[in-house]
Amino acid sequence: MADITLNRLAKVYPGGVRALSDLDLTVRDGEFFALLGPSGCGKSTLLRTLAGLEEATGGSVHIAGQDVTALPPGDRDIAMVFQDYALFPHMTVHENIAYPLKIKKVGKGERAAKARETAEELGLGHLGERRPGQLSGGQQQRAALARAMACHPRVFLFDEPLSNLDARMRLEARTFLKKLQRELGVTTVFVTHDQAEALAMADRVAVMESGALRQVGTPTEVFRRPASTFVASFIGSTPMNLLDGELVAGGGAVRVSGRELPVPDGARAHLKEGDEVVYGVRPEYLRWSERAVDAALSGTVSVVENLGSAHLVTLECDGGLGVQVVVPEEHEPAVGARGWAVPREDRALLYRDGELVGATPAEVPA
Amino acid sequence: MAATTSSAETATRTGEQSPDGHGGEPERDAAGLGRRRAAAFVAPALVLIALFLVLPAVWTLYLGATDYRLTGIPAIDPAFVGLDNVTKALGDDDFLHSLWLTLLFVLGSAVIGQAGLGFALAWWMRERTGWLKTTLEALVMLAWILPSSVVAFLWIAFLDRDGGTLNTLLHTPGAAWLLDHPMLSIIVYNIWRGSAFSMMLYSAALGNVPASHLETARLAGASGWQQLRDVVFPRIRGHVLTNLLLISLWTFNDFTPFLITAGGPNGATETLPVHIYKTALGSGELGYGAALSFLMLLINLVVAVVYLRLLGQKNKARRSGKRKTAARGSGGPTDQDAAPAAPHAEAPAAKEETA
Ligand SMILES: Nc1ncnc2c1ncn2[C@@H]1O[C@H](COP(=O)(O)OP(=O)(O)OP(=O)(O)O)[C@@H](O)[C@H]1O
Ligand SMILES: [Mg+2]
Repeated sequence: MADITLNRLAKVYPGGVRALSDLDLTVRDGEFFALLGPSGCGKSTLLRTLAGLEEATGGSVHIAGQDVTALPPGDRDIAMVFQDYALFPHMTVHENIAYPLKIKKVGKGERAAKARETAEELGLGHLGERRPGQLSGGQQQRAALARAMACHPRVFLFDEPLSNLDARMRLEARTFLKKLQRELGVTTVFVTHDQAEALAMADRVAVMESGALRQVGTPTEVFRRPASTFVASFIGSTPMNLLDGELVAGGGAVRVSGRELPVPDGARAHLKEGDEVVYGVRPEYLRWSERAVDAALSGTVSVVENLGSAHLVTLECDGGLGVQVVVPEEHEPAVGARGWAVPREDRALLYRDGELVGATPAEVPA
Repeated sequence: MAATTSSAETATRTGEQSPDGHGGEPERDAAGLGRRRAAAFVAPALVLIALFLVLPAVWTLYLGATDYRLTGIPAIDPAFVGLDNVTKALGDDDFLHSLWLTLLFVLGSAVIGQAGLGFALAWWMRERTGWLKTTLEALVMLAWILPSSVVAFLWIAFLDRDGGTLNTLLHTPGAAWLLDHPMLSIIVYNIWRGSAFSMMLYSAALGNVPASHLETARLAGASGWQQLRDVVFPRIRGHVLTNLLLISLWTFNDFTPFLITAGGPNGATETLPVHIYKTALGSGELGYGAALSFLMLLINLVVAVVYLRLLGQKNKARRSGKRKTAARGSGGPTDQDAAPAAPHAEAPAAKEETA
């Protein structure tokens, strides 16, 4: 059992930068947990505070029930993989992998055997005698992983370990890493600023913004029901359409750009006539129609982008509002054509003051 | 081994040149000047070097083989004595004693003192900011940039038997430091004087050690000493050797102790430069002094060659690091390009390191 519990964890850097403000978070045992957020939001700081490389200025960190807030990094039983892999250039791959064991005073023979075994497991068997400089980026990444694995830590911390790989290698490494984590069952916290990576790999995702958690949930939850417009615009490879609207008389519909769209079920009870809201719907959840439809946004096609198996169409609505719609192949409209975008009712969301209307308590971190 | 290195070098050179289309030219210099024009450019500098460095050295060599003196008959008509001066020196207790003192001086004040204190300062200042660091840095630098004559006077005043600053501080009135501990005095003086250079060089070197490497070691549980041994020193070995080479040679040839102790008391601080000065100009034995100078030059050369050889091994081992960054910068194809070259260039270096 190695769950991680953060209790009002805070970090203020000496210069006065407040990088973490009173975070509460629990990472479950064996979970693959992703920390996601824009640059400078404090992801690395959180990870480094977990590792003990930065001292918390408030709150506590518990690993497996043990308070480690004041423990030095070496006593926390944690392994970390850095963005630059931090392989020692003067040691061979085997020596690198065995290094933490050497520090832990494991005997020479046992150490070498363990290093060889781990290297073998990660497909580095034939590269053991090479130096890091003689490895490709992907091999270096696996060597760094092997070093983290070899000493069987309670927790893995990864700080953007895939960002030095090219696009194809990154996809491969993603699958590989996820599988490996599943097999090892070690609690893992993974930092990334790539939302696709977080959604693809993690069991749960935490979205951070300026030192605070904005939402914690499974990738599906975070993708389907972003708790705020910030999360909504951050998650998803094509950003969610966020359209200003107003509740019409009776509270049964939202007027967006002169059209009336139905109010999503969960939100109805929380709204009253005249409320100013933001109507959120992902391009994937808008159905394209060439014929006039009620309860749909309408406009003219201004841009068509090819996504491969589909097209991303930008519809310029009558009020000048731009709406993006994913249109399946073969139905691709011509630029300048008129079109209607019908929201999928169960996927549309309403935001008031930037927060999701009708969110359950679980969706909004305290 | 030479063959493999050169092949690797040609590979990089052609790689650099091909984009400009200069690859086919017979003379392969970086600027494309051609041999004649290149020679014309360096000629003035070569003339100056010949005039002011090579010629005096050769002249010293010649003088060293004569019995030339400041006064007397040999001053007018020096006789050629061959290697007599050198054989005399090797049997001369004064010379051997001063050689021993010089060795003590170099080891104590440069190799151990300046390098050690400089590294300690650099390591301590690594992640610190604020007034303490700034002040300390300024003080260390000040000791380095003050003129020798000023510094010598300061130290004489500092160590003075009656009313010297040190005696006042330690409440030891009348302790004659320069008489009772002459070598120790000039060693401590030279540590104080020269640590700034080592500090700056090591500061720059430590800046090259990636924080993530040290942190990886810390996460593994490495102590401060283990971090130094396993992460820092292998990384800055080249800087350490360069630093040791420079400060050894500088200290070896340093004449400033003379300004403090004048070689005394009774020759107790007569390091080689001081000994030569006293022999050649004090006693007027110019020929013998020149021979001693030549011996000193030889020792300098030997020291330099030893360090440079160590440095050479280090550079070979480091190529792997260079290639690593190159490979990471671009994508897959470059990796494959670099792969065949790597094992050839790397294998010998790896062997040397383990040996
Ligand atoms: N050593 C430091 N001293 C002072 N401020 C720092 C320090 N390290 C980070 N910060 C600040 O703390 C904030 C969070 O930084 P952090 O490195 O955690 O961001 P991040 O989310 O990892 O960003 P990125 O995705 O770019 O890596 C930033 O505003 C940064 O400027
Ligand atoms: Mg970061």
